[in-house]
Amino acid sequence: MLKAQDLRLTFNPGTPIETQALRGLSLEIPSGQFVTVIGSNGAGKSTFLNAVSGEQRVDSGSIEIDGIDMTRQPVWVRARHVARVFQDPLAGTCEDLTIEENMALAKMRGQRRGFSFAVKPALREAFREQIATLGLGLENRLSDRIGLLSGGQRQAVSLLMAALQPSRLLLLDEHTAALDPRTADFVIQLTARIVAEHKLTTMMVTHSMRQALDVGERTVMLHQGRVVLDVSGKEREGMDVHHLLEMFEKVRGEALDDDALLLG
Amino acid sequence: MSTYTLLGALEIGLIFSLVALGVYISFRLLRFPDLTVDGSFPLGGAVAATLIASGSDPFTATIAATVAGACAGFITGWLNVRLKIMDLLASILMMIALYSINLRIMGKPNVPLIAEPTVFNLLQPEMLVDYVFRPLLLVFVVLAVKLLLDGFFATQTGLAIRATGSNARMARAQGVNTGLAVLAGMALSNALVGLAGALFAQTQGGADISMGVGTIVIGLAAVIVGESLLPSRKLYLATLAVILGAIVYRFFIALALNSDFIGLQAQDLNLVTALLVTVALVLPRLRQRNAGKKGG
Repeated sequence: MLKAQDLRLTFNPGTPIETQALRGLSLEIPSGQFVTVIGSNGAGKSTFLNAVSGEQRVDSGSIEIDGIDMTRQPVWVRARHVARVFQDPLAGTCEDLTIEENMALAKMRGQRRGFSFAVKPALREAFREQIATLGLGLENRLSDRIGLLSGGQRQAVSLLMAALQPSRLLLLDEHTAALDPRTADFVIQLTARIVAEHKLTTMMVTHSMRQALDVGERTVMLHQGRVVLDVSGKEREGMDVHHLLEMFEKVRGEALDDDALLLG
Repeated sequence: MSTYTLLGALEIGLIFSLVALGVYISFRLLRFPDLTVDGSFPLGGAVAATLIASGSDPFTATIAATVAGACAGFITGWLNVRLKIMDLLASILMMIALYSINLRIMGKPNVPLIAEPTVFNLLQPEMLVDYVFRPLLLVFVVLAVKLLLDGFFATQTGLAIRATGSNARMARAQGVNTGLAVLAGMALSNALVGLAGALFAQTQGGADISMGVGTIVIGLAAVIVGESLLPSRKLYLATLAVILGAIVYRFFIALALNSDFIGLQAQDLNLVTALLVTVALVLPRLRQRNAGKKGG
């Protein structure tokens, strides 16, 4: 379970380029729930995700995962509980290492790393079986450098890697944004399958409203560093992209009114 | 070139292959441009020579030199990781500091080892002359180091260090303490350089404060020469390439210095090295550009 309370974060405080990225953002995700997060550019989606993963320290507020306070923990400590797939396919894997070495690295996520060999024959067989489920023919290329794979292939392997070690929270950061539509579709279906298989608590940030409604069971909209819309269940089932767009316009309009009031 | 010069070149080449392996770890695996080497090489020599001259066992002295090198690398890493000093600058600071430290350790600009025991003459069997036995022993040392490194970088810890150099953000997301990985990698790298310094002092009849000048360039030259001789991303081939690079490089230096018609002398060594590294760095880019022209 993720519990983010009243997160606030300001970039470049006290300067002309001051940006309030998070303005009291609160969100709770119960265990096993798959939440999609949308919002326009600068709404705070990525900042929120980075705050949860630990790449970005918040100014105030608290982040708890399954009751453990994570607010001040560095990324590598949080990794014990948090798995992550990056937007950039190149960011989530080590191009200089082989496919199996990348998987071995992910297999030990958050565990004590010792001096035994990272890729043992039994482990290699397990990797081979798991990577075969992707249907990309990668099972015979385990000792190839992962840098030789395409972006879509690397993203698919990243997803697999995220599930190699149990996690309390899976973070997906616009992980299909850099892919062509067909590959994006493949990766999104793979995402749904892996999340369902492992019953993962998942937060997926996306730029696509269609995607946000198609997968997962709850959709949250961010605007100006706050949650402005939170739909799930029956209400969400009947929703279409244009409903979401309307709501988005409405929220933005209100925000504009606020600003107009302030300026007036 | 006589057999004697040839074996001499092989001997120095083997010693510098340890430096080259260290440089490979910092520059290639960790992507940490580390100039500490110019200080940790004479540090190894200074520690070993001073200890031996004061009556210590040469093996203990060599191990102490290796540990001293590791400490130097660790501090450079710490300056970078903890104090957030730029990597290159952190290593330059450490290199400069080591100059004074080395003088302090030796108490004078050089410590000769003439009649003192060394690891080489202690192990030397009677049937072999020293200039044959030294490269022979070094082959075993270098091979052992290479195999140990290959093995270490295939372990979970070794993999974490390689991942840190390749993609630190990803490594952190996988739970790797990347700061610690840099410290460990830098310590390992400079431990090898310290070991090389200790062996160098014991083959060359002592340690000298200026013995470290240009070590980093020689190490880098060996890495680059090795990579163009045997280009491979597989680690066990890459470490082999680096060792071959160091030996081939020393061989060519010996050839250049021994050919009267070129007219080069020992003091031209660093200039030749700098030119060689420049050529080795520029060549691949020129080749790429030409290939690009053909393709386009």
